[in-house]
Amino acid sequence: MSGASKTFTVTRAAVEDFLFQEAYLLDNWKLKEWEELLTEDAAYYIPPNDNLEASHLGTLFTIADNRERIRQRVIRVLDPNCHAEHPHSHLSRIIGNVRLMEQHGDLLTVWSNFICHRYRRNERIGEYVGSIRHILRIESGSFKIKERRVHLKSHELGSLGSVSFIL
Amino acid sequence: MSNSRSFVVDDPQKGVFLLDREALVSDQVLRDEMRTIFAKCWIYVGHGSELKKPGDYQTRRVAGRPVIFVRDQAGQVHCHFNTCRHRGAIVCNERAGNARRFNCIYHGWIYGNDGALQRVPGEEAYTEAFDKSNYGLKGPARFESYRDFWFMNLDANAQPLIDYLGKATEYIDLVIDQSPSGQMEVLPGTQEYDVSANWKLMVENSVDDYHLPSTHSTWLNYMANSGVKVEPPKAKDQVLPTRGWAIELGNGHFTTDNVNFRGRPVAKWIPIYGEEAKAEIDDIRAELVQRLGEERATRVADTNRNLVIFPNLVINDGSSVTIRTFYPDGPNKMHVLAWALGPVEESEAARARRLDAFLTFYGPGGFATPDDVEALEMVQQGLANWEDDRWSEMSRGMGREGEQLNSDEHHLRIFWRKWNTLMTSASKGTSTGERT
Repeated sequence: MSGASKTFTVTRAAVEDFLFQEAYLLDNWKLKEWEELLTEDAAYYIPPNDNLEASHLGTLFTIADNRERIRQRVIRVLDPNCHAEHPHSHLSRIIGNVRLMEQHGDLLTVWSNFICHRYRRNERIGEYVGSIRHILRIESGSFKIKERRVHLKSHELGSLGSVSFIL
Repeated sequence: MSNSRSFVVDDPQKGVFLLDREALVSDQVLRDEMRTIFAKCWIYVGHGSELKKPGDYQTRRVAGRPVIFVRDQAGQVHCHFNTCRHRGAIVCNERAGNARRFNCIYHGWIYGNDGALQRVPGEEAYTEAFDKSNYGLKGPARFESYRDFWFMNLDANAQPLIDYLGKATEYIDLVIDQSPSGQMEVLPGTQEYDVSANWKLMVENSVDDYHLPSTHSTWLNYMANSGVKVEPPKAKDQVLPTRGWAIELGNGHFTTDNVNFRGRPVAKWIPIYGEEAKAEIDDIRAELVQRLGEERATRVADTNRNLVIFPNLVINDGSSVTIRTFYPDGPNKMHVLAWALGPVEESEAARARRLDAFLTFYGPGGFATPDDVEALEMVQQGLANWEDDRWSEMSRGMGREGEQLNSDEHHLRIFWRKWNTLMTSASKGTSTGERT
């Protein structure tokens, strides 16, 4: 990101740059650097495939992490004893259809679509497809992630099996 | 018939128990299982709480059978085959919903949610031999419930469900005793995923406490990082911080019964729940003691139990309560359905805590289940050598007298003995193929 905060204007291109950088870090298992993109109250949600609009307080999610749980999740998936991700899955995600939806104060809501291919040894291939809602905090000339909510479009996880990496 | 040969070598005198790995890889074994196990045993369909109002329904494939699990207008729960009596199309393609009628899109036959055939377009074209009352949706031969857990049986001559469950009901009751009113409900949100492994490996995995330190060290780290005391086991024969047992319940059912060390939403506080939860958990516990007495309250609150109802229903009362069932989809693949279960009268805060606790361990994004799935898939990959490396070694704890440990393989042997008995004593002449 370039420019001092006072000249920073929120554009789709700036948001896209940020989302592409996030995708790069996640694809390449640079998770400590990815964590630096998060606010201290960040949350990460994957609602169940059969109830995308639900709240994690009353519905069983696939993932409903607060900031501390995200920290623990990163510790876990980087540990060689996280068997589901060791050796690490090879990940490649394409982000598109970025839409800046609404801004309240310094909080910006962004929806994007993604296709994330996950390759495991022995031919296990997963194609995770869906939309992500980011709530970004505009902060010193860039963004921090306050919330990321991943909606998977498949009717059930099915052959994708699990979401053991950070999607 | 080759079915008369055993899949296990079972010699308690010598302490030998071996499992023929063909049981985990063979198409013919799966065909025989569908006939001798899934068509003869009581198979879990769903929980009554999934159908709160008249007309509420859930469609699912239970052991390969598409069914509609539905509450009719009079409140009666049914299990219909999701198959039109006319030409066979499924009559409901929604996952869940509420409907008075199910309409076949093909020729427009319409069924009530009680299964009765209500309307046939162009009925005048049929002769008097055609009687609509004979063409209601079919269903399994038997459909019965225990405390709102509904099971089907394709065998009209099966023993009643209550007799089949036998002593397993005591362990279902222990789960339900969490609720002051004796009513538990399935919470919204279904976890539904495939595992590239034989379905029986999930039975083993669900109760096998031997694997916990090696498969789930990252989860144990997480617990420790979160301020939960995870002390190394004191006794030599123990692999977990606390002691636990494996208990046979008859008819192929069994459970683990472990002293809790990992916290329980009902009702054992751990730091993960947060300071603010302490008071409410104290209250939940006080209610248990008041209602059930100290001894029973301790059973409910301070033990974890992973229960297997033969062949494919698991109720884990651990970090949270989960109902998990799974069906074979070929010998090398299974389809898993899992839900969270909670007391109907739970407060919003307690409900949120229960769901959060669930995710610390269970499910496709949890801190433990993905590694279980990985382990089972690695087993299935390794089994490709089965013809030249034929036997799985399952004798752990076989020399132990008296009480059996959760971390031994006593309970896994219970499963395999029951399975082997059913697979090898099937009535002659009904097999559609011979195993060579």
